[in-house]
Amino acid sequence: MTKELICICCPMGCRMTIELDGEKVVSVTGNTCKRGSAYAVTELTAPVRMVTTTVRTADGVSIPVKTKEPVPKERIFDCVSEIKKAEVTLPVRVGDVIIENVASTGIPVVAAKTVPCR
Amino acid sequence: MREFDLAVIGGGPAGMAAAVAAKKKGLDNIIIFERDAQLGGILNQCIHNGFGLHTFKEELTGPEYAERYADMVRELGIPYETGTMVLNISDDRTVTIMSRERGVEGISAKSVVLAMGCRERPRGALGIAGYRPQGIYTAGTAQRLINIDGVLPGKECVILGSGDIGLIMARRMTLEGAHVAAVFELMPYSNGLNRNIVQCLDDFGIPLLLSHTIIDIKGKENLEGVVVAEVKDGKPIAGTEEYYPCDTLLLSCGLIPENELSRACGVDINPLTNGAVVDDRLQTSIPGVFACGNVLHVHDLVDYVSAEAAKAGESAAEFVRSGQTSGDGTTINLIPKNGVRYTVPNKFSADFPDNELHIRFRVTGIYKNSAIVLKCGGNEIFRKKTMIMIPSEMQDIAVKKDVLAQAREDVEIMIEGEAQ
Repeated sequence: MTKELICICCPMGCRMTIELDGEKVVSVTGNTCKRGSAYAVTELTAPVRMVTTTVRTADGVSIPVKTKEPVPKERIFDCVSEIKKAEVTLPVRVGDVIIENVASTGIPVVAAKTVPCR
Repeated sequence: MREFDLAVIGGGPAGMAAAVAAKKKGLDNIIIFERDAQLGGILNQCIHNGFGLHTFKEELTGPEYAERYADMVRELGIPYETGTMVLNISDDRTVTIMSRERGVEGISAKSVVLAMGCRERPRGALGIAGYRPQGIYTAGTAQRLINIDGVLPGKECVILGSGDIGLIMARRMTLEGAHVAAVFELMPYSNGLNRNIVQCLDDFGIPLLLSHTIIDIKGKENLEGVVVAEVKDGKPIAGTEEYYPCDTLLLSCGLIPENELSRACGVDINPLTNGAVVDDRLQTSIPGVFACGNVLHVHDLVDYVSAEAAKAGESAAEFVRSGQTSGDGTTINLIPKNGVRYTVPNKFSADFPDNELHIRFRVTGIYKNSAIVLKCGGNEIFRKKTMIMIPSEMQDIAVKKDVLAQAREDVEIMIEGEAQ
């Protein structure tokens, strides 16, 4: 089986063709540099994404948060819905852990902003 | 009247970096005026990541990047006044401000850094037929509503324009539970990064319709839907119209430097950038008034904003220290030629003080395997090979002083190669 991907590593946007044997990448063609083939392998075997969203305190203050590491792409919505339910009280420091293990991914969610008490 | 060595207009990434650099150059009496309630500017609502790879060698979210600079401002003891609107800057550098605490007040500044940023092109500037119902927002307004105010503007959304903010908002609306039916782009290519097309649209199955635009807006009180048509040579093609019911339309159709204060001050504006004409010190046509960041020209990377703004801050410090308005050397113009839309700076003094001059510019088309060439009097003085240059990505070249010191007349900057 072959798949087509546009590389996102730089503005070249190489159109890559990836030959797959089941889940295994057999070959990558069309890339200009080795970053392209590395991206293709990750993207087709275990794609990951950073998740960024906000949590709100009981009195409605928005705090931006992010997953500390990228999470599996198919878990994005699970992460967002669990983050939505998180309870946060001020003050919050940037880097504070809001959720230790979001949606059982093993990855923490951390605050992306310092918000003092009102 | 309060007196300052430097008044920085705007507390976003440009203003903060300018103030920090000026302070580090020994300038003490600095003030930052910010109209919002906090420092950080638009970064506070840009909660996605991808900021800071050049400056901090790591990928940060917008609020994290802003906080790093706000911390530097506080650690250096630089005063800032938030909730403060600057109403006017006169050519003798009297700055009129207004705030709840101080009312209307005139202050005197030995130097001024313009760092007001830019704003989005609104619906009224786009010429789309139809009523003016509620439900139409610029992408940045929707971003603020969701990320700071915690309000989702609507449930059924379409987006006009495929700039990066539009793409980011397609994902953000989706994650917040809205349905984004499509993104329409007038041009046959997107102005957004491939990464954003993949991670903000493809990941969520949101179609990007190139060469499409909105030709009618339906709904009188509330937005009910939009009529979209395919476009050829800038004109809608009859028979291709399609109706998209929606309660929200987001506009991501370009950014305009916010130069009302600069114009009122009498600063010369470059029609190609809608920002000030500046020299190698980022000084405008008015001595002691400097410009940087998105008010000077629209950037795509905040890292470049910080670097540019630091230069403006250092120049302001040097201006206050020496009282010198420009170098002693001849002023040489930088002329954009084939493939180069504009440059910042527009000119330089032959004896500019640094070891190298950063020339920032945008190309007019897509150039693969080409070269950036500088010529003076028909002779090539600089050449840099490039793999790829696209209009939506700003170019930044550093040219050594000894190269530019040869110049005795205008320097032309051009792309050698064919646009695709």
